[in-house]
Amino acid sequence: MSAIGSVSIRSEGGESFHAPGPADFDLPAIGGGHDTFTMFGQDFVAGFTKPMLQIIVSALVIFVFFYIASRKRAMVPGKLQFVGEEAYGFARNSLGRDIIGSHDFARFVPYLFTLFFFILLNNLFATIPFIQFPTFSRSGMVYGLAILSWVIYNAVGIRKHGFVGYLKLQCVPAGIGGPMLLLLIPLEFMSNILVRPVTLALRLFCNMFAGHLLLILFALGGEYLIVEMGGAYAPVGVLAWVLFILVAFLEILIQFLQAYVFVLLNAMYIQGALADEH
Amino acid sequence: MDGTLNGSLNMIGYGLAAIGPGIGIGLIFAAYISGVARQPEAQSRLQSIAILGFALAEALAIIGIALAFVLS
Repeated sequence: MSAIGSVSIRSEGGESFHAPGPADFDLPAIGGGHDTFTMFGQDFVAGFTKPMLQIIVSALVIFVFFYIASRKRAMVPGKLQFVGEEAYGFARNSLGRDIIGSHDFARFVPYLFTLFFFILLNNLFATIPFIQFPTFSRSGMVYGLAILSWVIYNAVGIRKHGFVGYLKLQCVPAGIGGPMLLLLIPLEFMSNILVRPVTLALRLFCNMFAGHLLLILFALGGEYLIVEMGGAYAPVGVLAWVLFILVAFLEILIQFLQAYVFVLLNAMYIQGALADEH
Repeated sequence: MDGTLNGSLNMIGYGLAAIGPGIGIGLIFAAYISGVARQPEAQSRLQSIAILGFALAEALAIIGIALAFVLS
């Protein structure tokens, strides 16, 4: 990997401390995969890893939870049904209706609802004890979601406005004429068609990646200060562990916020693609 | 301690690059808070705008972290 992962600090005579880096996210395959193959000029190990398992588990957990919560459908909801209804209402109203608008939102609610809870649970896996690995700190997992949302908002717009009409809606800003268009049309095309899926994917990936890296650093650094350095450095290590706990709570907030932002931006892109011509 | 520290300047560069989005996000939420304080009933409309602005400002920090890993 790059030079950023190769920081090391050496104490007197002790073991040296290697700062955690991107290599810490390369988990070994479950049961050990030894077959390697080359794709895009990089070596890959064929195998089934922990993030893949988490993707499947999260889908199952969400399906089972909402299936059970919606099975009884009592007029006076029980506790479980209440939680399910509140969760659904949050996704439907604040993510769907308020952004896309009351005319078109209904057909996108299943997508937005599923996406929100899928991302939320996969992010929370970073905090849940004994799992403690954010699925989306592997970039490949996020690219799938970003490609899905790119296809959806473009397809929706093309179906409503036609191909040329849709490109005109996305690339030609309203109320501007003359030579400025020469400058603005390529910029708008870049920003609305090409860069959107990239930032969408990178935002989720980098937040999960950086947050988890920070937690690893606090945990390992604190351990090194207490065990290897000792003496006057031990209280600093304890402080690092206290910060580890506080940052872990901050991470829970960020995990929720990133799931919300991802789905909010999806809804906004769909709304932009559906908007009437100015 | 007779310690040595080896590493890459990329990290310091990324730390500096994160100042800009940090200030930007602070300004966005400051405006959001004062907007809600003046007009509490506008919260639901201001919220999505504030989050959108936050996401756009944060994209700069994200581009920074991506470049910190890519450039060497």
